[in-house]
Amino acid sequence: MSWLAVATLAGLGAFHGLNPGMGWLFAVAIGLQERSALAVLRSLLPIAAGHALSVFAVAGLVEVLRSVLATRVVAIAGGVVMVGFGLWKALSRRHFAWAGMRLTPWQLTGWSFLMSSVHGAGLMLVPVLVANPPPGVHRDHALHAPSDPGALLWQGLAATTVHTVAMVAVAGAVGLLVYRVLGLEVLRRAWVNLDLVWAVALIGSGAAAVVLTI
Amino acid sequence: MPLWKPDPTFYPSPRQAVTAPAEKLAYVAAFDRSAEKPDAIAVLDVDETSTSYGRVVGWTDLPYRGDELHHFGWNACSSALCPAAPHPHVERRYLIVPGLRSSRIYVLDTKDDPRAPRVMRTIQPEELAKAGYSRPHTVHCGPEGIYVSNLGGADGADGPGGIALLDHDSFDVLGAWEIDRGPQYFGYDFWWHLTRDVLVTSEWGTPSMIEDGLVGELLLGRKYGHQIHFWDLRKRRHLQTLDLGDQHQMALELRPAHDPTKEYGFVGVVVSVEDLSASVWLWHRDDGGAFTIRKVIEIPAEPADAADLPPILQPFGAVPPLVTDIDLSVDDRYLYVSAWGIGKLLQYDVSDPFAPRLTGEVRLGGIVSRAAHPAAPELALAGGPQMVEVSRDGRRVYITNSLYGAWDDQFYPDGVGAWAAKLDVDLDSGGIAPDPRFFPHGDEFRGLRVHQTRLQGGDASSDSYCFP
Repeated sequence: MSWLAVATLAGLGAFHGLNPGMGWLFAVAIGLQERSALAVLRSLLPIAAGHALSVFAVAGLVEVLRSVLATRVVAIAGGVVMVGFGLWKALSRRHFAWAGMRLTPWQLTGWSFLMSSVHGAGLMLVPVLVANPPPGVHRDHALHAPSDPGALLWQGLAATTVHTVAMVAVAGAVGLLVYRVLGLEVLRRAWVNLDLVWAVALIGSGAAAVVLTI
Repeated sequence: MPLWKPDPTFYPSPRQAVTAPAEKLAYVAAFDRSAEKPDAIAVLDVDETSTSYGRVVGWTDLPYRGDELHHFGWNACSSALCPAAPHPHVERRYLIVPGLRSSRIYVLDTKDDPRAPRVMRTIQPEELAKAGYSRPHTVHCGPEGIYVSNLGGADGADGPGGIALLDHDSFDVLGAWEIDRGPQYFGYDFWWHLTRDVLVTSEWGTPSMIEDGLVGELLLGRKYGHQIHFWDLRKRRHLQTLDLGDQHQMALELRPAHDPTKEYGFVGVVVSVEDLSASVWLWHRDDGGAFTIRKVIEIPAEPADAADLPPILQPFGAVPPLVTDIDLSVDDRYLYVSAWGIGKLLQYDVSDPFAPRLTGEVRLGGIVSRAAHPAAPELALAGGPQMVEVSRDGRRVYITNSLYGAWDDQFYPDGVGAWAAKLDVDLDSGGIAPDPRFFPHGDEFRGLRVHQTRLQGGDASSDSYCFP
């Protein structure tokens, strides 16, 4: 992976970590309920695991598809899916519904997996994944040739790891900041509608993936 | 269109909600007992700086007749900030208004003209019947949609009552909420401990037990509801029943602590058939993890001359207090208890919920006392403090005087009239007093009776919070 790819994956991780809906808000609520900053951090572990699973489901699929199809095809298909998903996010008023706040770590992992999946967290990584040449293939040929699936999966896993580490680092920092310093009032003042931002980000990068590949 | 910033009326915690600005409008359910005119939502000006303060400044007539408006609620509230499915960029905008007798549910849009909400959707009884229910009562905005409790079954079935789930956005009836109702049969009120995944329901009776008036044989036979039920909010399964004893007839309003780290709440009981007293009970989680309940307030009946009593009470020679509504301030400090029979609103300091301390009382109306309001000292009032609503900051308490059409007629056979009052609260040392500038009554309500009040932006019984 190029440094640019690593930086972009980490940047997207930070962006996901920043979103209250992706986990830090839940962690803060658990921390406040248990009156413990440690509980904030502890609950971020299953949240990170769920996020990683959701992202890897997409990353793994993209990489496996690249081993049988030309990357160009995968990029275009991925881009189209992203634009469609982003439009749906932008136009639909539906939102994730979930009852229950007393969750076991496994349930919290499941919650995070679903939350990340319905927000298209993994999809957002597609342009970075397909821009990355398969291991051992020179960039000039990257868009054409199918290549080794095992190596590609490892690459997907590496991308997921970079992304998730950045995500959980930012979520932990924001969660602790809100828990210790800023207080809950920040939710009322600074919580912009990230669903709209996500929709725009999905549409924009999906379109870019399609245009740049063609 | 979704908002860019969270709806400003949503607060993560009750501690923040008490800092909310004073409400400017109040919505009051008003119904025509004769069902000749449509029921309506009356809009009261509650802005103390306004020239029309204390007056009815707007009306929304409903398209049908005979609905018997009763309780209602908002489409969205502070629970939208809850972390499991946060969606704070929706608007608190629509009033969900059930007709308790007709089983219709109206959706009113308050945004364009808050003084004249527009009916934007009518959910017909047939649609509600898809959930298996009729006679919709309490409305709460919650994690999986809009929850509406019901007293009756569908398609002519008297019961069981239960909760119907409505879609957040489309207001379509999604179905019955319960997956396993266990022994629960009667419906009435419900609320929850949101962060503990616990839902609580209470019991009145089925439609046949209430719609033609209180049935003496059923009451003395101890047939009305006297239990409360605890449910797993996530799995929608019945967990536990607490029986107050069958002498304690009609366990109605449920007021759990707003502080999400607390697991206690209050329920009011209308009447004990042993001595006509009324009571308030406290449920809480015991050390073993199960819920338990105990009586924390008892209000005795007041002796009276049979000649002064309506026929239904003459055999007893006393006025039962009839606790028909209670309301807990957002800071969980004061509990307000309306004793509709004796015409009293009582204020208790419940800082220690196990030991409520009476800190204030106001007498208005009452079956025998007929106490007047300071704004009209010559006017003997019928009805009594009934529905209570407390402002988010806890400084103002609003009351109305009708209980339920058929029951009004039994306890106030000369006519219950219609009046609303506002009480000012002394937050520091306790105490309540009627505001002499605020007394809409009589013709101002166009001959309709008045029931629940909802305050613009939310009130003490509209919102639940996930953060302490």
